Amino acid sequence: MTGLAYLIPIALCMGAVGLIAFLWALRSGQYEDLDGAANRILIEDEEEEL
Amino acid sequence: MNLPALMLGEGEAGSATQTQGGASIGTRFTVPGIKCAGCIGKIERELPKTEGIKAARVNFSAKRVAIEHDPALDESDLVEALLNLGFEAQRVEDNPMGTQASERRMLIRALGVAGFGMMNIMLLSVSVWSGAEGATKELFHWLSALIAMPVIAYSGRPFFASAWMALKYRRTNMDVPISIGVILATALSLYETITGGEHAYFESAVMLLFFLLAGRALDAMMRDRTRDGIGALLGRMGKSASVIGADGSTRRVDAGELEPGMLVLVAAGEALAADGEVEDGVSAIDNSMLTGESAPETVKPGQLVHAGAINLTAPLRLRLTRTAEDTAIAEIARLMDEAGQSRSHYVRIADRASRAYAPAVHTLAALAFAGWMIAGAGWHQSLVIAIAVLIITCPCAMGLAVPTAQVVASGALLKRGLLVKDGSALERLAEVDVALFDKTGTLTMGEPRPQLERLDDEARAVALGLAQHSRHPLSQGLAKGLREAGVEPACVEEVIEQPGQGLSGVWNGQDVALERPASGAHELASQLRIGNRAKTIVFTDQMRADAAEAIARLSRNGIASSVLSGDRQEAVQDVAARLGLPARAEASPSQKLETLDAFKAKGKLPLMVGDGLNDGPALAAAHASIAPGTASDASQQATDAVFIGNKLMPVALAITVARRTMQVVRQNFAFAIGYNVLAVPLALFGYVTPLIAAIAMSLSSLIVVANSLRLSGAAGRENEA
Repeated sequence: MTGLAYLIPIALCMGAVGLIAFLWALRSGQYEDLDGAANRILIEDEEEEL
Repeated sequence: MNLPALMLGEGEAGSATQTQGGASIGTRFTVPGIKCAGCIGKIERELPKTEGIKAARVNFSAKRVAIEHDPALDESDLVEALLNLGFEAQRVEDNPMGTQASERRMLIRALGVAGFGMMNIMLLSVSVWSGAEGATKELFHWLSALIAMPVIAYSGRPFFASAWMALKYRRTNMDVPISIGVILATALSLYETITGGEHAYFESAVMLLFFLLAGRALDAMMRDRTRDGIGALLGRMGKSASVIGADGSTRRVDAGELEPGMLVLVAAGEALAADGEVEDGVSAIDNSMLTGESAPETVKPGQLVHAGAINLTAPLRLRLTRTAEDTAIAEIARLMDEAGQSRSHYVRIADRASRAYAPAVHTLAALAFAGWMIAGAGWHQSLVIAIAVLIITCPCAMGLAVPTAQVVASGALLKRGLLVKDGSALERLAEVDVALFDKTGTLTMGEPRPQLERLDDEARAVALGLAQHSRHPLSQGLAKGLREAGVEPACVEEVIEQPGQGLSGVWNGQDVALERPASGAHELASQLRIGNRAKTIVFTDQMRADAAEAIARLSRNGIASSVLSGDRQEAVQDVAARLGLPARAEASPSQKLETLDAFKAKGKLPLMVGDGLNDGPALAAAHASIAPGTASDASQQATDAVFIGNKLMPVALAITVARRTMQVVRQNFAFAIGYNVLAVPLALFGYVTPLIAAIAMSLSSLIVVANSLRLSGAAGRENEA
């Protein structure tokens, strides 16, 4: 049973990390254009930009 | 490049963004032509090469491009830049739809939080159910409480707020039993936890919120998927005018402050801001916004012109007759508004169901509590059973039944080129039994297309060299047709446009001209002259290629079609005869409205398909309506759905898919009700443990979602059938 003392906090932390990642992705607009994201992988980068 | 800023700019309509390069503004355009990865790459790579454009970001799902550019560039420059890449674009009006998007985001955030809470609490609850005892159980209950309280407070807000609003106005809605159930379950669980009791129901409360939020988020997505693609009403009407004072000087006056009797100067290319009589000048005007007629109209002194028309060729002096609220266009807008209001009385299936359902749930739970109290079970056990009834009857599956089916169906239709505005539109589309089509722009393409077979390469290049200088619809149609044929414009110099006559210029030392044909036989034709050689270019307003097929398909579905147009008798008869449809021509906007009302009086549910502003009142009054993507903003505003592209088939497809959607919705409802019929008695008699309730609840929701997903292939299969 002592295992619970650290297993539960670990489980909660992992859940929280997932939640924060989701909120971050939402905030940075990654869910705005799902079909576009699927298509963008097909764009060929002929010239290097940036 | 400042892409993150641009992406956020998507949500905040028309926000100005600041970059390192100094001030720049963001403008958004709808570009229906974006079809593949190549288009995304082309736009994002090529557009910033244009002078003044800093960055471009494509939103593929919404078929939109956000451009960050120098304030010096205006809308038409950007449209031109996109056109040069081969994409037609339309400005997305900055409207208050940003609030819609933020509502959706709020729901999705709440959904994420509820999902997090649900998973963790479930983890703890499963341990309790599998026999955790004593101190461990108490610890787990406390942990659950610590997670559940903030999660419920955050994720429950949409429901609590809505329930509070309903109660404040002494009404009840679906959110009232949900809120009561969640709050009671939480309060009781907290009491149990504090007193070290047997059961806590945090997981039930959070899971309930999670599934309901999933339904809400889908519903919100459905609503703003297309709505913010539609611009503001009457956006095309001139917003101001140059008023000529007594001393001959001009000043700009806002459209709202114009008064009858003022003398106004309308430059070529300007939209009219009020109705008036021509005092001086000869020009051609594009009246397609009012009449849907693509050929430009020649106007002379003494003639009446209307707001919303575009002056094409030469400056005009107008004496204003009717302004602001009295203009013909405002009159049509008013008719549309009134007609549309009668339609908003239509009650959505979900609302009808919940109106009957919510009181039933309250009564049932109250009866359960009272019954068990009388039976002598004690207040604690009675309350537990009442909560179980509230939770198990809480409409998870029912909340998902309608939105999932509608989101999946509208997604499938979107891929086929039809944007449905909201869920009630699908419900109404499924019910129509008569279809009325406008001619110009609906059955036909609505733009004059040149017949190019008789032109050689040289003539084509010269024609494009000339035509690209003019805003005249024939010139624009010619330029578009030639560009699509891959013609490079010849370098024509000294191009002059003479109103009512045409364009002339010099090419390779020869006089060239694009002018009115000598013989007046063809209404839509122009003559190309190179030196001494002359050729006539005939324009036709082509019928949509699959019009006959689409109408045949509608009739297979038991929908009789007819043509209802404001155009001339012969033109309408020609099209109607080819499609084998009855037709009514030369109908004014109010006559169109009367025709629709006559159908309604006979108990029919008409579908109106039209594009011009003259169809506006009819579109708003019809039981359901569809407009082509080329329609005026006002028409698009009034309709339930918009179809994009050159095909009419999406209209027929909309009906079949809408009917299948309603079939699935009814199945979902039948299932959800069947589930309740089984589960409620069990809950009433106290046989439902939290574990069974949780499993039953998720299972019923998942089945409803799976059933709705069957619609995703519907549009595709239907099309091949």
